Amino acid sequence: MVRFENVGMRYGTGPEVLRDVSFTVAPGAFAFLTGPSGAGKSSLLRLMYLAQRPSRGLISLFGTDIATAPRHSLPALRRRIGVVFQDFRLLDHLSALDNVALPLRIAGARESEVRSHVVDLLRWVGLGDQIDARPATLSGGQKQRVAIARAVIAKPALLLADEPTGNVDDAIALRLLYLFETLNKMGTTVVIATHSDGLVRRFRHSVIRIRDGETVFEPAGHADVAG
Amino acid sequence: MFGREILGNKAGLPLRDDSAGRFLPWFVALMVYLAALALAGALIAAEAGRDWRQALTGALTVELPPAPAGAPKAATTEVERLLESLRAAPGVAAAELVGPDRMRALLAPWLGADAAVEDLPLPRLIEVALAAGAAPDLDLLRRQIADIAPEARLDDHGAWLGALLRTARGIEILALILVAVAGAAAIWTVVFTTRTRLETHRASIELLHLIGAQDSYIARQFQFQALLVGLAGGIGGLLPAALTVLLLGAVTGGADFGLLPEVALTWQGWAALACLAPAAALVAMATARLVVLRTLGKLP
Repeated sequence: MVRFENVGMRYGTGPEVLRDVSFTVAPGAFAFLTGPSGAGKSSLLRLMYLAQRPSRGLISLFGTDIATAPRHSLPALRRRIGVVFQDFRLLDHLSALDNVALPLRIAGARESEVRSHVVDLLRWVGLGDQIDARPATLSGGQKQRVAIARAVIAKPALLLADEPTGNVDDAIALRLLYLFETLNKMGTTVVIATHSDGLVRRFRHSVIRIRDGETVFEPAGHADVAG
Repeated sequence: MFGREILGNKAGLPLRDDSAGRFLPWFVALMVYLAALALAGALIAAEAGRDWRQALTGALTVELPPAPAGAPKAATTEVERLLESLRAAPGVAAAELVGPDRMRALLAPWLGADAAVEDLPLPRLIEVALAAGAAPDLDLLRRQIADIAPEARLDDHGAWLGALLRTARGIEILALILVAVAGAAAIWTVVFTTRTRLETHRASIELLHLIGAQDSYIARQFQFQALLVGLAGGIGGLLPAALTVLLLGAVTGGADFGLLPEVALTWQGWAALACLAPAAALVAMATARLVVLRTLGKLP
């Protein structure tokens, strides 16, 4: 599903923020990406959701070498990845429904199907009564659920979440993690970036630990992440 | 389907509501107005050139000094011999002396309709109509005329016509340059506005890009808005321009300016003017698309 081999990354001509990163996430795996703030978690995620190309090394996503893939082939790969951004990145001028519908509209889904799918999903994440609400009127937790719904509406093969529990209290954080586990059980490969050791210990999934731009792998009883 | 989503701002970018493009329809309207007037000027000048060429080619004029007061019969005989010689010349379809009525009509713009042209020492004119497509030997004709009336002068209107056509062509070129300048100004403004909008909506564009939008999905939103703006500006500029042309035509319609053309367009001219609105819309759309695609091409 995701394979990094000796990957290095730098922004512009700056120093390398990731060095010799190598790991594999198997299809259907659930992995935490953890490490202290500034360690490179977001940079690693940016490589995984194709916001950035590596400066060196090999990244293989769904069997495609990202470093050499032609630019026009990347949108189709991105549509197979759902991303929950740390700052949600909801579009303020759109309702919850239209925010969640974006990936379907981008994929060219028929408008008649879009609404029913989106409404069902918003109900599933507990926002059935906020379908027409604008992000500005939603609480942090509600925004987060809209962001999660947008990330999973197109049934991505890979779900990436950047600090999804950073802005919510412990109870909501636990509910979110159970939600991600449910999605994982439905076949989605999940990688969650978090700096919360408590969550990592509690859920006992595989761990990609990153420190000063380098990674260490902790299978934690699973064989689905390998260094 | 996609157009409805864009109109409803549901495709991701709220271009309809942003302030960057608010002045654009007005600017496009102004440029279309100027371009339409310039184009109308070019078309009127071209039409006048055609009229002048039609009126003056295929015709010659023989000019004789005023008839001497003491020998009217000799003068009449001279003219009759000239007419006879001219009518017999190859390529000549007709030759007629310009009578007092026709002379009065020709001089009416300068002397008034009631001028007593018979009392004026005016040159005598013979209008010669050439057969269709004929190109008579002018040197031979001049020699024939000189044999009968050495003081007569044959005018083929070449110098006149050349100067008139050069003037008309110059006006046409100037007007077309104005159309091009107005078009370039409108394109530049669309480029500037599109770049401003790209910057304004950078975060949203990046989001759409990251969730799998093709460049064309994003570009379509910009080009659709540019199409609407171009169409609104095009129609907004074209209607006042058409009114201006009609008004000028109405104001100057009764006056006779001699050689100056009438301010009026043929139906082909109106059709060309009407094309400016869709042309403005299509150019705005294509410009916006190119700018967006070029900018998005720099994203990974």
